[in-house]
Amino acid sequence: MPGNYMPSAAELFRFSPELLLMAAGTLLMIFEAITSPKQKRGLPIFAFVALLAAIALAVAGASDPGPAFNRMLQVDGFATFFRVLVMAVGAVTILISTNYLKQAGHEGGEYYSLVLFSIVGQCLMATANELIMIFIGIEVSSIATYVLAGYLRDDKRNNEAALKYFLLGSFATAFLLYGVAWIYGTTGTTNLTEIRRVLLDPQNAPNSILIGVALGLVLVGLLFKVSAVPFQSWAPDVYQGAPAPVTAFMSVGPKAAAFAAFLRITMWAFEPVKSHWVPVLWVVAIATMVVGNFAALRQSNVKRLLAYSSIAHAGYVLVALTAASKTGTEAAMFYMASYAAMNLGAFAVITHVARKGETRVDIDDFSGLGNRQPVTAAIFAVFLMSLIGVPLTGGFFAKFYVFKAALDSNLIALTIIGLLNSAVAAFYYLRLVVIMYMQPAPEGVDTLPEPSLGIRTALIVCSVATVVLGVFPSLVLDIASRGASFIR
Amino acid sequence: MTLLELVLFIPAAGFLVALLLPKDNPKLVRNFALAVSLIVFLLSLGLIGAVQADPRHMQFERSIQWMQSPAIRYHIGVDGLSLWLVLLSTLLTPLCILVSWNSIQKNVKLFYAFMLLLLAGVVGVFVALDLFLFYVFWEISLVPMYFLIGIWGHDKRIYAAVKFFLYTMTGSMLMLAAIIWLYVKSGSFDIPFILDSLAKGRLTLGASEGLWLFLAFFLAFAIKVPLFPLHTWLPDAHGEAPTAGSVMLASVMLKLGTYGIVRICLPLFPDAAKASANWIVILALIGIVYGALVAMVQPNMKRLVAYSSVSHLGFVVLGIFCFNHFGMDGAVYQMLNHGVSTGALFILVGFLYERRHSLEIADYGGVATVAPWLTTIFVITSLASIGLPLLGNFVGEFLVLQGAAVANLPWAIFAALGVILSSVYMLWLIQRTFYGETPTKVKSLFTDLSPREWVIITPLIALMLWMGVGSGTFLPAVRSSNDQTLNLVLKTTYARRMAPPATLVGRAVRPDLKESADAR
Repeated sequence: MPGNYMPSAAELFRFSPELLLMAAGTLLMIFEAITSPKQKRGLPIFAFVALLAAIALAVAGASDPGPAFNRMLQVDGFATFFRVLVMAVGAVTILISTNYLKQAGHEGGEYYSLVLFSIVGQCLMATANELIMIFIGIEVSSIATYVLAGYLRDDKRNNEAALKYFLLGSFATAFLLYGVAWIYGTTGTTNLTEIRRVLLDPQNAPNSILIGVALGLVLVGLLFKVSAVPFQSWAPDVYQGAPAPVTAFMSVGPKAAAFAAFLRITMWAFEPVKSHWVPVLWVVAIATMVVGNFAALRQSNVKRLLAYSSIAHAGYVLVALTAASKTGTEAAMFYMASYAAMNLGAFAVITHVARKGETRVDIDDFSGLGNRQPVTAAIFAVFLMSLIGVPLTGGFFAKFYVFKAALDSNLIALTIIGLLNSAVAAFYYLRLVVIMYMQPAPEGVDTLPEPSLGIRTALIVCSVATVVLGVFPSLVLDIASRGASFIR
Repeated sequence: MTLLELVLFIPAAGFLVALLLPKDNPKLVRNFALAVSLIVFLLSLGLIGAVQADPRHMQFERSIQWMQSPAIRYHIGVDGLSLWLVLLSTLLTPLCILVSWNSIQKNVKLFYAFMLLLLAGVVGVFVALDLFLFYVFWEISLVPMYFLIGIWGHDKRIYAAVKFFLYTMTGSMLMLAAIIWLYVKSGSFDIPFILDSLAKGRLTLGASEGLWLFLAFFLAFAIKVPLFPLHTWLPDAHGEAPTAGSVMLASVMLKLGTYGIVRICLPLFPDAAKASANWIVILALIGIVYGALVAMVQPNMKRLVAYSSVSHLGFVVLGIFCFNHFGMDGAVYQMLNHGVSTGALFILVGFLYERRHSLEIADYGGVATVAPWLTTIFVITSLASIGLPLLGNFVGEFLVLQGAAVANLPWAIFAALGVILSSVYMLWLIQRTFYGETPTKVKSLFTDLSPREWVIITPLIALMLWMGVGSGTFLPAVRSSNDQTLNLVLKTTYARRMAPPATLVGRAVRPDLKESADAR
């Protein structure tokens, strides 16, 4: 990069959502120091508005797609899709968090600024067209998330979660970085488009074993981030230990961004060497679905249960990746969108029921919810039905598109194993429905307060999104389908 | 909006409205649900005329694109095959609502809301002409039934509800895989379009491909039917469900399976269906005898009736896979008869339960002395279930046995065992429950049929008689639809090899059909 490089206005505009979020995050830290406790109530609103503005900028930026910063970033439909998704996830996270933090007595601007920074990192992962940028994005996102996981610093579980996440996460990113170095060594570039060009060039194609090893190292890092088997063991502990709203965020945002980077690396840069990674992903997808679903069967802690379920869902997305086609990419994108809606919604309910100190996260704490709070229970049931994949919910079409893509690519065994897995999954989601509706609340259970405004809003947003995705999936699928063809 | 759409969507709208009704006014909810279901029933009567006038073609057809990619169509219609099944569903729903009038006291609003959703779901399955739509309704009908069993059922309700859901879910997952595969191959979910593609050779399925697809669909349907050995969910689900749940499950939901076989499996995969016919028939025959034998030793009335369903539905499957007119007509007719008679049996068992609060046969005895009318009605219904002439089931079973005899005589002989056994377990049940000594508890608790109960049971008894002596009302429409299915199936080699010799076929096929066969 030349020393006197100055980004053009168009490039800055393409990068403007991230710039806005960085500025807002920094301002939040300043506000945190100078505002009175009463004024601090405004901080989440500020962060929320910043996110909405950034979404607007990202949508506006979609009209002028193109590269930015020496082709380090590639702002295309694909990037826009994931950027809007992670920013929306951030906005819902803020809605879920405010009341939780108030109950925990830890309201603070830094929480929201960490959320914003993490989202900046995730946006970078979605936009990056360069392995180094992907690495930076992962680090920015992860470091903020490590801190968020241990946000309630007096809580032992939070500390454990943060430490575990940090140690294992750094280890995994080290693999990724090592892989990047190998790739640079074998292809002479870290730019994804350049890598693709080198791989396609029959004259000086690099040694295929070296490429395989390099790609394998990168995949280790990415599979860790999406909590795929065999790199999933951190997820249940971290999801269980972290504050519930943070778990909600972690289970969706960083995962979506990691899949974005995953897709760009596999379906764009390393698409020419498909035969290297497709069999690996085939095995990983099956293992991830099976381990996630079968382990979830035995959980009695709801957060842990959903942690395993989110492992299983990563497995379904990996099925779409294994299809290694444009329809597969679309399906993965659609899956992440509906997964975001239903999973965030489910965690919002858990946050609501768990209350102060998260003392009520056992599956039995949900008993009789159908009578105690019919509306909350009904909405939770919608999320659970969607996670099962019952028609007219987003989760159904998500699975449908994934398995259609798989069958398109003739992956019959994978499809059947995947679909049978979803029948297994039905069992543990139904357990929650059973407890809510078919078991009476225990005697002397304390009354559950009505959900806070933030949670209510989040529940409405997520349930509407879940149902709309289930009845009019083409609204989102069309966008995904336009985004799925990467700009050359 | 066509009449059919009203029948489909009024219950769905009723479901949403019922959810919004106030929680503390169960009377309002009950009246609302009853009114909605009665309106739907009356509207559905309007379907009869048009379908009977032309049962070979889909009536009240409606086909609109739902989404472009994948190309899912909202395509519905009703013909001679689905007409009576739709009517069965719309008739039984108001009766079930009346049955639950006093017995459901918990979560009343949700119960009736789910009854209406269930109606929408099952009617949707019967009228959907798009595989995707079919699947959507198939799954939707599963959800309310799961809740009906799980919330309002007996002691082991949760186990039964989850088992029911998981069994059906496993089957439907394989069906979904097959549906997607067909879509990938044909570019459409539309059943008439796929049939047309197959007929015109635009779409060809390899022999093993067709077999696998057939098996995927068939497994989903066989679980629902349920075909031996996939029946184990059924006694639990029936035994634990509330009366209304058992009735809807037995009378309507089991038919979703047999209907699916006739509507989807046979026309789409005729070769595979014929290739698999032998072992399917063997399973059906085992089911007939096994279901009857197990029913005989059940100490619990509901489970007894549940196992009798396994046996009766075995007849239906047997009839379908005879691939001749007798068998097929008998099978479809038997679906309706079983719906009426077994529905009535579950309702009557429900009446007994409301009085004595027990399902154990041993807790009863001598009921005839304290409740003679209830006894009379129960005996009539049991005789219908056994297959006594003049009552509906006789016609269905006779046709099935005739079809089996024409196709392969030993099948008929074996199946006839089931008829004999059915009289054993039913008559023994009657003897132990209604005759003999009257325990004091029965004496003190029993009253005869109340006016509400008369209202519920009279239409069903009338139907049993009507279907027994006036099968001409129902069968012609069924026949015409079956002709088309059989035409699709019998075109191929198996028909000539396995079906009866030409002379027999000549007698079996009615003139109108013969012409079309000659024309080919």
